[in-house]
Amino acid sequence: MTETFLGMPATAPAGVGNLRGDEPFPVAARRALADAQLRRNLRHATGTIRAKSAAVIGEVPDWPELRAAGRAIKSDTMARLPELLEQLEAAVTAAGGTVHWATDAVEANRIVTDLVRATGADRVMKVKSMATQEIGLNEALEAAGIEPVETDLAELIVQLGRDRPSHILVPAIHRNRAEIREVFLREMPGVDPALTDEPAALAAAARRHLRATFLSTKVAVSGANFAVAETGTLAVVESEGNGRMCLTLPETLITVMGIEKVIPTWDDLGVFLQLLPRASTGERMNPYTSMWTGVTPGDGPQQVHLVLLDNGRSAVLADEVGRQALHCIRCSACLNVCPVYERTGGHAYGSVYPGPIGAVLSPQLTGVEENASLPYASSLCGACFDACPVMIDIPSVLVHLRARHVAEQRAARRTPSAEAVAMAAAAYTMDHPRLYAAAQRAAGLGRIAGRALPPPLNGWTASRDVPAAPPQTFRQWWSERSRS
Amino acid sequence: MRIALFVTCLADTLFPEAAKATVRLLERLGHQVLFPEEQTCCGQMHVNTGYPDDALRLVRRHVRTFAPYDVVVAPSGSCVGSVRHQHAMVARRAGDERLASLAEEVARHTYELSELLVDVLGVTDVGAYYPHRVTYHPTCHSLRMIRVGDRPLRLLREVRGLDLVELPQAEQCCGFGGTFAVKNADTSTAMLADKMRHVLATRADVCTAGDASCLMHIGGGLSRLRAGVRTVHLAEILASTEAGRAGERTGRTEGVAR
Repeated sequence: MTETFLGMPATAPAGVGNLRGDEPFPVAARRALADAQLRRNLRHATGTIRAKSAAVIGEVPDWPELRAAGRAIKSDTMARLPELLEQLEAAVTAAGGTVHWATDAVEANRIVTDLVRATGADRVMKVKSMATQEIGLNEALEAAGIEPVETDLAELIVQLGRDRPSHILVPAIHRNRAEIREVFLREMPGVDPALTDEPAALAAAARRHLRATFLSTKVAVSGANFAVAETGTLAVVESEGNGRMCLTLPETLITVMGIEKVIPTWDDLGVFLQLLPRASTGERMNPYTSMWTGVTPGDGPQQVHLVLLDNGRSAVLADEVGRQALHCIRCSACLNVCPVYERTGGHAYGSVYPGPIGAVLSPQLTGVEENASLPYASSLCGACFDACPVMIDIPSVLVHLRARHVAEQRAARRTPSAEAVAMAAAAYTMDHPRLYAAAQRAAGLGRIAGRALPPPLNGWTASRDVPAAPPQTFRQWWSERSRS
Repeated sequence: MRIALFVTCLADTLFPEAAKATVRLLERLGHQVLFPEEQTCCGQMHVNTGYPDDALRLVRRHVRTFAPYDVVVAPSGSCVGSVRHQHAMVARRAGDERLASLAEEVARHTYELSELLVDVLGVTDVGAYYPHRVTYHPTCHSLRMIRVGDRPLRLLREVRGLDLVELPQAEQCCGFGGTFAVKNADTSTAMLADKMRHVLATRADVCTAGDASCLMHIGGGLSRLRAGVRTVHLAEILASTEAGRAGERTGRTEGVAR
């Protein structure tokens, strides 16, 4: 046994990136719930995607087997992540790429900024990337005097509107087309003042705006949906073709990828390319799948970099129950079926990862205490587990993280919380049937006739009546009946 | 058949009619119901709120109480779900492998009411009479945790006099979620509002389900609205007969009648 204490893997650092909200979920949710337009937009959008996705999933006879295969590949990957990452590094390097390892957001931002500076460029174009949103790369580049231009239509809408993404797949899901038109008219240089809110007109305006950027920008930053360890191939899956432009036109391509995105073999890609589009956009196949392996002389980017990002992922991997959150392929199926997400939208979750997967991933990346309200932002209805194409048991992880939060609170406090006292008392009472029966009778006698209960139970009585106490409990009835 | 009743703490304390109806129904079908009085609560509230260590003693008690019985029934998909999917986990978390395997044994013989009727007792027509327009809310834990499927609907379709109407977006959560309803009261209320809207759209007199907890939530909202729709546990409908009209006397969570 080593004498050096290596310690637990570090969580994502505070003060950089977008994993922490400014306020707890219930507070942020309250504001979102009051926005009727937002709720209409979300209900319409999630309902539409749900129906599309259900239809195309229904066409696949072996969907359950595909899900099981997806889960098996991810479990295998997590079990030997270090080995696969080293294999990936060797393959990328052999193909002429350069691999960088980033412990956290600060390091990743520094690596990318230095790489861009070395090219002399003062502008980069970006294909939509959750990892760069996570680490706050745009903010870091701007601080270094480099302009990042989002080329994904929804990301562009969010960027121009100085807004935050609200959905993993559809970042501007919370905006309708009238709102998007306003953002374009206000923020897009040289836009036609007669622009209508027709989707085709909006897309055309964005296309004109972006075309100049594509042709004049020498550096691109991308994420990666998958990285194949055996070949060193990186893959980006998208719908609009902007990604393909970013991946092929520039001289330098920098990819920032969470370490969990590696998969062992080329064959494994076949499973995920079937699962992802049907579960996410409700399409049989996504319009563009781009793959690249290192550098091809004379064709495409001649400088190819891969930044492997940890930023708390090793800490997630260390949790036997929670690590399955790393299986996520960012399809957003769980968001689209979640009744909580549908009503609050993504901003209420504070993190760049919203919805059910965000509620289990963000607190693990940052440490549970720094996102303590998120594991409770679920009714545990289980719709997310059913929808997940790689079968992540999100409800079980939520419950596990609640237990972690309670345990950490217990360790940190001198006196137990009121809730902990109540829970312990309830468990003690329920473990003593006579006490329990006495408590039942007391509850019956003491029930307040009326609408308001004291805090925290007034959360219930604000909108719901409390059931009236029955004249006798079941066990009283049973014992009377047995006697007679 | 000798069947042990796991009454669940909520039915015992607040909704005894659902439990009494379960007893009456099974006895009417010719079975003997036993009520082990050492039982209290499955501990799901503790597990789901983050207190699995406190739940451990309740799991021990539950396993000790029900291990001697070959068949256990509960009028709650949620509590059966806890027995099946949480008890062994709580035991293993505490390093008690023996308790975990005993818990798995108990779980194998524990059934939600509609499962017991359809799968074990092999009956869908329980001889019930209930002359009302009824809509069925599947409840998340019955639907997804233990997958009762269409068993409750098959039972309801055989009830004489009953007019079964489909609930729009039935599979959506009502927003209860145990302590979720308190910790995230606003979101819970928003979910409930949509559920109530769908219930009202059916123009049903009665909304039924296999879980008293969800009915408490939906019923608590409908009562506040003075909507005139009653919530009645599935067991009460199935226990109702033309002779007894038992269901007429029940449904305490209903709002003020129109």
